[in-house]
Amino acid sequence: MWKQALAICKKDFRSEIRTRYSINGLIMFIIVTISIIKFSLGEEKLSNELHAGLLWIIIFFSNSSGLSRVFVAEEDRGTSFVLKLTASPKSVFLGKLIFNTTLSFVINLFVVLLFLVTMDVKIASFGPFMLIIVLGNFGLSSVMTIIAALISKSNSKGSLYPVLSFPLLLPLLLSTINGTWLSFEGSGITELLSEVQIIVSYTIVIITASFLLFDIIWNE
Amino acid sequence: MLSNTEVKLEVTSLKKIFDRKIIFKDVDFTLNTLDSLAITGKNGSGKSTLIKILANVFTQTTGQVSLSINGKKIEKQYFYKYIGFVSPYLNLYDEFSGYENLKIIAGIRGLPDNNIEPVLKRIGLWERRNDMLKIYSSGMKQRLKIAFSIIHEPQILLFDEPTSNLDAEGVQLVDSIAEEYKNRCILIIATNDEHERSLCAKEINLNNYKKDGTK
Repeated sequence: MWKQALAICKKDFRSEIRTRYSINGLIMFIIVTISIIKFSLGEEKLSNELHAGLLWIIIFFSNSSGLSRVFVAEEDRGTSFVLKLTASPKSVFLGKLIFNTTLSFVINLFVVLLFLVTMDVKIASFGPFMLIIVLGNFGLSSVMTIIAALISKSNSKGSLYPVLSFPLLLPLLLSTINGTWLSFEGSGITELLSEVQIIVSYTIVIITASFLLFDIIWNE
Repeated sequence: MLSNTEVKLEVTSLKKIFDRKIIFKDVDFTLNTLDSLAITGKNGSGKSTLIKILANVFTQTTGQVSLSINGKKIEKQYFYKYIGFVSPYLNLYDEFSGYENLKIIAGIRGLPDNNIEPVLKRIGLWERRNDMLKIYSSGMKQRLKIAFSIIHEPQILLFDEPTSNLDAEGVQLVDSIAEEYKNRCILIIATNDEHERSLCAKEINLNNYKKDGTK
């Protein structure tokens, strides 16, 4: 399963490098969003709590606009049959999950860097902050990968994606926002432990459920 | 592929409904190694639907498709290992060349790259192997789909209108592949074309599987 999954992931990366379906649009989206927030705020100083909320709103919408391509492009171009005829459903899902997690990591890193530079945010506990970003990244990509598989079969793909993923992601987003805020405030790992536990448990549940459900979604 | 492999494809009470309309019902047949079957019927009779269900890329409403190799039943999720499929609905990756497409597919299937050259030479695309798929003609794309279907030497070859868009040389190529496969495994062709139909020993006409009592 892992060999097939890695081959599918490699194919997606080569395709992305050659076509730049997702990455160009994503970079523009992130730059435009952060610029609009910066200009609308002017010289006003926001609290750390608001900064944490804003950061995860940008991360959520950036991922919404990029991660659906992984299945939507296969359905739109009629290439999903190629995957159905060459790999098991579990390998396809794992390959797409690895690709989306990596892409999401790149997106989030870019968002965080640009956000910190432009919004003048001070991170008092850098280690816990990065831990929340990395764990949140896994949770976000796992939900968005299975939702991408679901919406790829529908007609209104673009609008359905954020609408369907938001309620599913709410518990994760609340924990990541809280964790990010606490790290801005200087809390250590011990204070963040409950948030970390929620994020890790949530991600495990989503990935397990996705593997169980994907066969039905993929073959329908 | 081993020539002494015993393959059995069993279709039982297969039924497909789209939007409350019965496409076909009570489809039953069993095929063994060296059998060849033509699926015929008028436009909209469900030929492509049936062949997609057999390839496990589509689900039936009721009924069963079971595959066994040397007496061992194969789980549906592993059908892909034993099936080669060519269809007008199948598209390969436009952003890659013909060679790269087959290399990607070989990589996913865990096959060595040295299978690619003989297959591309056989289907007559070796000279154009480095051209991007987006500049291939429809006939060349059809040839590459045939290469995709045989690169792993499947036990069941499913062809849906295999000679569409092909020139005379391409039709000969399909003939030779069909002859080869029906002499060592199972060949199924969904078609309305008399020549393609004649490549198979058995026939199932889906016009006869529509309503109660009309079978």
